[in-house]
Amino acid sequence: MRRTTRKLLDRALTLSACFAVALMAAFLLFVLAPILVKGASAYLFRATAEHRRMMRDQFGRGDAGQMRAERAAVLEARRPLYEAMAAFERELAEMPAARRRELRPAFQEVREGIARLLGPEPGAPLPALTRRLYGQTRWDRARIQADRILFEETWDYSGERGVRVRAPREPLFEGTALAPVFPMLRESLSPMLRPRLTFYPRFLTDKSFDAHFFGGIGPEVMGTVYLALGAMLIAVPLGIVAAIYFQEYARNGPMLSFLRSCVNTLAGVPSIVFGLFGLAFFINTLKVSPGKSVLAGALTLALLVLPTVIRASEEAIAAVPRSYKEAALALGAGQWRTILTVILPAALPGILTGTVISMGRAAGETAPIIFTAAVSVGRLIRPSELLAQPTPALSWNLYNLCTEHEAVDEIRHVQYGMAATLVAIVLLLNLTAIVIRARVARKLKG
Amino acid sequence: MNQANRPNGKAPVEAHGFSVFYGSHEAVRRVDLAIAAGQVTAIIGPSGCGKSTFLRAVNRMNDLIPGCHTAGRLMFDGQDVYGGNVDAAALRRRIGMVFQKPNPFPKTIYDNVAYGPRLHGNLSRADLDAIVEESLRGAVLWDEVKDRLGKNALGLSGGQAQRLCLARALAVRPEVLLMDEPTSALDPKATARIEELIVELRGRYTIAIVTHNMQQAARVSERTAFFYEGNLVEYGATTDLFTRPRQKQTEDYITGRFG
Repeated sequence: MRRTTRKLLDRALTLSACFAVALMAAFLLFVLAPILVKGASAYLFRATAEHRRMMRDQFGRGDAGQMRAERAAVLEARRPLYEAMAAFERELAEMPAARRRELRPAFQEVREGIARLLGPEPGAPLPALTRRLYGQTRWDRARIQADRILFEETWDYSGERGVRVRAPREPLFEGTALAPVFPMLRESLSPMLRPRLTFYPRFLTDKSFDAHFFGGIGPEVMGTVYLALGAMLIAVPLGIVAAIYFQEYARNGPMLSFLRSCVNTLAGVPSIVFGLFGLAFFINTLKVSPGKSVLAGALTLALLVLPTVIRASEEAIAAVPRSYKEAALALGAGQWRTILTVILPAALPGILTGTVISMGRAAGETAPIIFTAAVSVGRLIRPSELLAQPTPALSWNLYNLCTEHEAVDEIRHVQYGMAATLVAIVLLLNLTAIVIRARVARKLKG
Repeated sequence: MNQANRPNGKAPVEAHGFSVFYGSHEAVRRVDLAIAAGQVTAIIGPSGCGKSTFLRAVNRMNDLIPGCHTAGRLMFDGQDVYGGNVDAAALRRRIGMVFQKPNPFPKTIYDNVAYGPRLHGNLSRADLDAIVEESLRGAVLWDEVKDRLGKNALGLSGGQAQRLCLARALAVRPEVLLMDEPTSALDPKATARIEELIVELRGRYTIAIVTHNMQQAARVSERTAFFYEGNLVEYGATTDLFTRPRQKQTEDYITGRFG
């Protein structure tokens, strides 16, 4: 090759490598950073008095005396609002019919909006849905809800494309008893809800209420942990045995290359195929459980990560110096003893690294568990139910909450919280892998 | 067997028309050789002459190499090493080996030496301690490592590591000790110590040592075998072989005309 060509090629390679690195950095910056930042808002946020009331009712947390005092203060701050509404209702009854027809639906909307913002009116019958029992528990959501009362959102189709128009409701009620409500919502919302910066670490372990409107993601986190651990419990012993077979026992030949290509092909199969296989084989054919279960999901995930575990273990075993094996054999150790006492201990850091990284993969996979283990609504699963019961899991429920939830927009913090938690779990696992590797490598070096 | 290849007295290892093949290549060709009990036998020859292959055939280390097979007979203690009912692991327990490069396990010094004894029986801690100390003393390493038996053996210097490997081999109390160029990876000082050690072990163990270094063979061995292109060219008392070689090839090699 000519020197100039070689130089050119060299430069092209360097450039594309830089591009790849830049792409990865951009990924971290534009995808991971927002997920982590927005996810953090599930743990650290400005909670309103409604949040504290919900916590007291549903989880029994918080000081009862303080809570009563706060409730009294909040109700006091809201009193003018409710009084204005009551006065307007009386006024409405005496209005001319035409004006009444015009104002009543608008008033209904305002009234419902306020019930969503602050919770049911004092004295009103308690709603059936848990989510209607409380006003907005988060200050950011409260601001949005207040905005929805102040402005009516309509679409203007007069142009070529529909345009969203925000029309203030205030002018409609000018001169009526309801008019003071609007400035109140604009200016003195804070005493009505008392936002306070709250750290809510138990988001990680709390159960959720009413389709994730309140509470945490405990069942999902535990489901993910059970599934990932179960998958590793199955995949690691199998993977190590297979790796030992490939490296130490199998003789080179068509059989070995066939088996190897099987393993490699398995690694390239789309994960949804594993999910279908798990349903067809583990649940329908072997009937390991009556329906979806953690066991079936763990088996499916184990199959998915098996190639990775085998490869990592094989590489680790192949990297053990031949001289160790020779030394052990020369001392009269049998092959099996040599593997157990010399080769596996020396290969352990590599095997562990591969295992932990595979565990991260198993924790994050969605498709294999859709048909085999995951349910969108579920409670915290007990260890005794692992063999027969399905479980919610972070990956699947994140997808589910983002796509199929009835109020996708209102639980953004839960979605981001789940994503951030999942990312954190996987990052933590990978970090553990690095630490284990470094520690064992140091120990081996002496 | 050629009478010149037969030492007086007992010979635990005896080759009769013994050949080793790698696939179709005959690396060791119909060798007749007996290794005398309690003596140091050096095997010399240029690279690729089959001397290491022969040595590794004695404790069947060549079994690891795919396509390697043998012909003829190789007797150890009256039994054919390649006989159908021979347990290679049991055989290797009686025939120890020290390799070209020091290869301590990534374990503690203590565990390295105790590895063999642990394989072959349930020993009490006290017995094991005694064997470890005895073996390390046998390899003249005890004084250097007695305070750090629990430290990783990979922290030892090359010479120390090789002596540890020797101690590890001695700990199973082998009858024969094979050494495959044990000093080729060591500096002159460490080499001298290993050589002293070999001289010291003479009489108590039957030792076969493969070496590139003719001076080493002359210094440590009582008998020397010269291999060339897979053939055993000459075998006899070391002093005779180096001072009055019977074969032209031997003379050419020891005077440095090739090799």
